[in-house]
Amino acid sequence: MIVDALSLQLGYNATLVTLGAMLLGMAAGVGGTFLFLRKRALVSDAISHATLPGVAIAFMLMVAFGGDGRNLVGLLAGAAASAAIGLLCVSWLSTRTRLAEDAAIGAVLSVFFGMGIVGLTVIQTMKSGQQAGLEGFLLGSTAGMLRSDALIIAVSAALTLALVMLLRRPLTLASFDPEYATASGQNVARTDLAMMGIVLAVTVVGLKIVGLILIVALLIIPPVTARFWTERTDHVVLISGFLGGVSAYVGAALSAALPDLPTGPIIVLVGFAIFLVSLLLAPQRGVLAAVLRHRKFQRRVHLRQGLLALAQGQPIYENLTLRLLRRAGWALPDGVPTEEGRGRAGKALLDEMRWQLIRRDPSFEAAAAHYDGLTPIERVLTPDQITEIDSRIPAPQGVGA
Amino acid sequence: MNLTLATRDGFIAAEDTRSSSPLAVRGLTVSYGQKPAVFSVDMTVVPGAMTAIIGPNGAGKSTLLKAALGILKPLAGQTTVFGQPVAACRDRIAYVPQRASVDWDFPTRVIDVVLMGLYRQLGLLGRVRGAHRAKALECLSRVGMEDFATRQIGELSGGQQQRVFLARALAQDADLYLLDEPFAGVDAATEKAIIAVLKSLRDTGKTVVAVHHDLSTVAEYFDHVFLINTRRVAEGRVEDVFTEEHLQAAYGGRLAGAQMDQLSGTLG
Amino acid sequence: MMGAEFVPLSLTPLLIGICVAVACALPGNFLVLRRQALIGDAISHVVLPGIVVAFLLTGVVATWPMLLGAAGAAIIAVAAIEAIRRLGKIEPGAAMGVVFTTMFAGGVLLLEQSDTSSVHLDVEHALFGNLESLIWLDATGWASLLDPVALAGLPVELPRMAAALLAVAVFIALFWRPLKISTFDEGFAQTMGMRTQPLGLALVIVSAIAAVAAFDAVGSIIVIAMFICPPAAARLMTNRLEHQVAWSVLFAALAAIFGYVIAGYGPLWLGYTSSVSAAGMIATVSGVILAVTAIFGPHRHRGGAAKEA
Repeated sequence: MIVDALSLQLGYNATLVTLGAMLLGMAAGVGGTFLFLRKRALVSDAISHATLPGVAIAFMLMVAFGGDGRNLVGLLAGAAASAAIGLLCVSWLSTRTRLAEDAAIGAVLSVFFGMGIVGLTVIQTMKSGQQAGLEGFLLGSTAGMLRSDALIIAVSAALTLALVMLLRRPLTLASFDPEYATASGQNVARTDLAMMGIVLAVTVVGLKIVGLILIVALLIIPPVTARFWTERTDHVVLISGFLGGVSAYVGAALSAALPDLPTGPIIVLVGFAIFLVSLLLAPQRGVLAAVLRHRKFQRRVHLRQGLLALAQGQPIYENLTLRLLRRAGWALPDGVPTEEGRGRAGKALLDEMRWQLIRRDPSFEAAAAHYDGLTPIERVLTPDQITEIDSRIPAPQGVGA
Repeated sequence: MNLTLATRDGFIAAEDTRSSSPLAVRGLTVSYGQKPAVFSVDMTVVPGAMTAIIGPNGAGKSTLLKAALGILKPLAGQTTVFGQPVAACRDRIAYVPQRASVDWDFPTRVIDVVLMGLYRQLGLLGRVRGAHRAKALECLSRVGMEDFATRQIGELSGGQQQRVFLARALAQDADLYLLDEPFAGVDAATEKAIIAVLKSLRDTGKTVVAVHHDLSTVAEYFDHVFLINTRRVAEGRVEDVFTEEHLQAAYGGRLAGAQMDQLSGTLG
Repeated sequence: MMGAEFVPLSLTPLLIGICVAVACALPGNFLVLRRQALIGDAISHVVLPGIVVAFLLTGVVATWPMLLGAAGAAIIAVAAIEAIRRLGKIEPGAAMGVVFTTMFAGGVLLLEQSDTSSVHLDVEHALFGNLESLIWLDATGWASLLDPVALAGLPVELPRMAAALLAVAVFIALFWRPLKISTFDEGFAQTMGMRTQPLGLALVIVSAIAAVAAFDAVGSIIVIAMFICPPAAARLMTNRLEHQVAWSVLFAALAAIFGYVIAGYGPLWLGYTSSVSAAGMIATVSGVILAVTAIFGPHRHRGGAAKEA
């Protein structure tokens, strides 16, 4: 069953929805990257919750005008309209009052959601409202979807992805370096607007698949995950789009195969699983790598401080320093340097003196900027330069005196 | 050229001064990520004097202060205050953070900020009595801000905010005052007022340590300097240590010749 | 509306609504000032998985397991957000987004997969709550307030919610000074010997307690409105923290009262026969209050002196 779903063997509707979810996931991954790089990830949370009153009002309007309240295009148009209003409220509250953006986001998302719930309870009392199925917009449900709806979702997801790819260049520039973008004649306010437009489109298209409570995950988790694998903005965009597509595809396929599982939560959990692996194991920014690097770094600092203390005949106060020196075979348990330790200490002290000399000489400014107390001087100076520096060292200093 | 290696020199002889020093730091290393901001620094603050911590931008001045106070976690090193661990001496330390480190839109009045300095007396539930208010007002008047007691803090200018912070520190009745860039972005009148208060503190035997960035006023304001650029560069009386040679060592190429000429009148 | 049916049908939901709103608004003041409004968002989303796990472990829907489950979920969420933020060098908003959506998704999935048909726990209930159902069947009128037999039949949510409100209020009163000082100036607070990190965590846990107690009544999303809207509106009314908290309590109570009354009786006044969601209406009213203060509040603008009225 699951294999069938993953290989798109579950019938026309399920296949359409799964492909639509994948395209949407890609669009969300790419679009969400810009939001993430601008540090405004949670604005999307306000946008998505603010769709609910629009859905409810659109339903009521369509019924009032004698139509079928469940028309997906109408519902999504309503969702887009009220999400846009919610977005305006967030920016009005955070620019025109003293409230910070986070408070504005929280206020808008909860109040709009509350209004939407009021709308849903009104609809439940309407004759045509009993089977409206609008609750499906909360957590996403793709089971039993009309063929036309599946088609609409697949096509609009493809359009959203096309829109994202079209705007990718200016958005990358604006989110990577807003000042440079402005200087090079780009209207950053307009690209910001375009970014919000993409987020809005992803949210609205994703309502039926992922649901409004969790759609924000599709915009946040892939870019955050992608960030672990690369330092380059353009790569983050691509990796994030790829990861978004994969999690949405796998999630939607699983959910089609196992109808009890709502689509939204599955997609989110698949995305999170990839995130967790990246958090722990990514080669540069992953936790494991960072822990190992930090411990190594701490050992280097303590060893260096210990050697400098030995070189100048000072007592070593920190147990960790002494333990590391002993393990390296450079000091005895009572803090007295060994023969090798004496040599190392002398070298450390000499290094330090050379550094102090070049740091006070403006002609070495570029090299001196590398000073961090740890880097051997050979790494920044040529042997000739070192010889020249050494000629300035006055009297020989006693080592381990 | 007299080269003194700026690390742990004279350590053993200084052991006695260290144990009685208002603030003694040894082997302090603090790192953001993989690059130490402060590396293996020793500092022994002289009691009853005003000490300036100076160094170029990013030299670790504020970091040194924050790590010594335990606000930042050091990678290595120890701090003692009056010979004891910091936690045992909270009542004797008053800290004035950088003005920009707090949100001045916080809904409170000037006098409430000064009353925060009395927290250790008031405790969790102690009532604010007339005597406390009088104390807060007196501290405000020492910095020339008594007329602003009931103002909302967001309405103050930068200089006025800095004076309020100083008044809060005065309310603590500490023996050691640690100030992080107290003159950054303040008007000339405020700078004069603050330095007058700090000097009066010193004259009553208190110890003052300030992170300072304006080299042209070091000699005028301070008795001692501590020069830092990741490592300690020099430490001592202004007339001995505030020299072209040491400044060159701390600032390297970043101190332009013109600036040097300007300073030449004030150098020790 | 003050007829005989008021006491059995409306009094307890109204009181519960007020307790919910005030219990959330109190810690909300500090969350908003600490720029942690969205921690309220995160907490309220993770209450659901906390309660579901507690239910799966104990097999009953009872107060203590629920409280512990939700508080545990809140601590896990905060720890995870902090860990992701530090370890991955991810900005806090994005870290929150990762954590609360994942935990919420997990909660929904567990709930859908487990047999909760016998107990009052389903996804919709978790999202909107059901304030209207918390009625007092044993009451016959105002006289029942003095009738021990009728009082014994009070919905358990009322004493539970009142206890939560009391706990929150005691916490805020007891730690008022450290909360205020550390919210304003954390570095200074540390040099005064305050343990600001445990204090911040305690604030989050207290918020979680308020959120879980409120969960029954208004569900997990409208709680956010109670955390944020009354304090935010109150901030625009005054420049003193003490007054802000008082305003927020007033606004929270007003939102609860008017929200409940409009939801219950508004449609009747308009000629309809059935009421609308009380929780949704309470959030809506709190939003209206915020909108009014954002347009007219005397201290709505940043900086500069407010015009003296």
